[in-house]
Amino acid sequence: MNPLLLGIFKRDMQIAFQQKAELVQPLMFLLMVVTLFPLGVSPSPETLQRIGPGVIWIAAILSSLLGMERLFRDDFIDGSLEQYTLSGMSLPAVATVKVLAHWLVSFVPLLILSPLLAMFLNLSVDMFIALMLTLLIGTPLLSLIGAIAVGLTVGLARGGLLLALLLIPVFIPLLIFATSAVDSAALQLPYHPQLAIIGAMLLLAAAAAPFAIAYSLKVSQN
Amino acid sequence: MSGLYASGLTCIKRDRVLFDDFSFNLNAGELVYLRGPNGAGKTSLLRILTGLSSPERGDVTFNGVNISSNPSLYYQALIYLGHKSALNGALSAIDNLRFWLAQHGIQNKTLKQISDIDSTIYQVLEHLGLVGLEDVPVRFLSAGQQRRVALSRLWLKTATVWVLDEPFTALDTAGVILLERKMKQHVADGGMIITTSHQALSPEAGTHRCVDLEYRF
Repeated sequence: MNPLLLGIFKRDMQIAFQQKAELVQPLMFLLMVVTLFPLGVSPSPETLQRIGPGVIWIAAILSSLLGMERLFRDDFIDGSLEQYTLSGMSLPAVATVKVLAHWLVSFVPLLILSPLLAMFLNLSVDMFIALMLTLLIGTPLLSLIGAIAVGLTVGLARGGLLLALLLIPVFIPLLIFATSAVDSAALQLPYHPQLAIIGAMLLLAAAAAPFAIAYSLKVSQN
Repeated sequence: MSGLYASGLTCIKRDRVLFDDFSFNLNAGELVYLRGPNGAGKTSLLRILTGLSSPERGDVTFNGVNISSNPSLYYQALIYLGHKSALNGALSAIDNLRFWLAQHGIQNKTLKQISDIDSTIYQVLEHLGLVGLEDVPVRFLSAGQQRRVALSRLWLKTATVWVLDEPFTALDTAGVILLERKMKQHVADGGMIITTSHQALSPEAGTHRCVDLEYRF
């Protein structure tokens, strides 16, 4: 674990914090998209409360697509990926560590920002708690699944839009269950079944995605 | 059975056969200089030898073991330097090398003589004429200086097999001589090197065997 932590995790963190613009831009995008809805749809508190969970989740998915490429793009372009492959470490473990670093720098700020977004859209406290929980379990899933698609498209020139086209359909189930959990919370109904399903999807992804990411990276380099 | 053996390699890229049934061996204490025109498949061959790409047919064995059956054993003994420098432009030379060493599991135990990895890296960078540039983000260095940082891995990791793809690109004459001397010393110590270059190796690099790849249609 030591070489993984020291060599990859710390490196990724250091790079992320040296390219702050790339970290802040998706967040600014998220904030702007969310603020557009009261202006464009309707500023009435009831409407906002009804569309709020969906708006936040859709904005989170779209903004995550903007920063997703960062996962492997630079490493592919400068050849670091070749050196990972030749380092003798298992590539799935490398992929897991990189996904974890990516989640920490791109989604944890989103979680911190989410109370502000909830206030913008007039979410009740119950709804906000449910939203927070779905984001907490759901966003690692975005990172894991996104990383497979990034691994596949990293070798292509201008893979950015293709990445979005590949990923958005895959994220539909997550969006359905996440927003349904928040809707249940709005009606004071239990929402743990939805959370459990998202949790199951996350566990499945956590078990299988590292191998899929490793394989897709291998294919991209061949 | 010590050495790197490749037998019956066939590589097809975009429906063009680059080479087929190509066999090749690299023994301890040998420098192989791979020649061929652009597009002949030199880089493809080197990537197959490192296991980064897989050939259409054929095997690569290192010390009698197929490299795909026990990659981590092979990778411990390998340094591959490709066209790409594998340096992140936002990080400094010292950070890049420190993380590279950690990734390759090179801890203090393999650098017994000097306990501190950082001071070893500083010494190597100094030897390569990069004094004062250790803390500058790599993207601000010139192409030749970046190449020197990439090459410093040869001084930092003890590995038997060196696979070098155009290592002399962008280097000045002093840099070329420095690298050729290092290669000669490595071969004298029983190491193996396979390298490509479009300039002939000078006598500084010591004796070497040439292998030619032809361009095929």
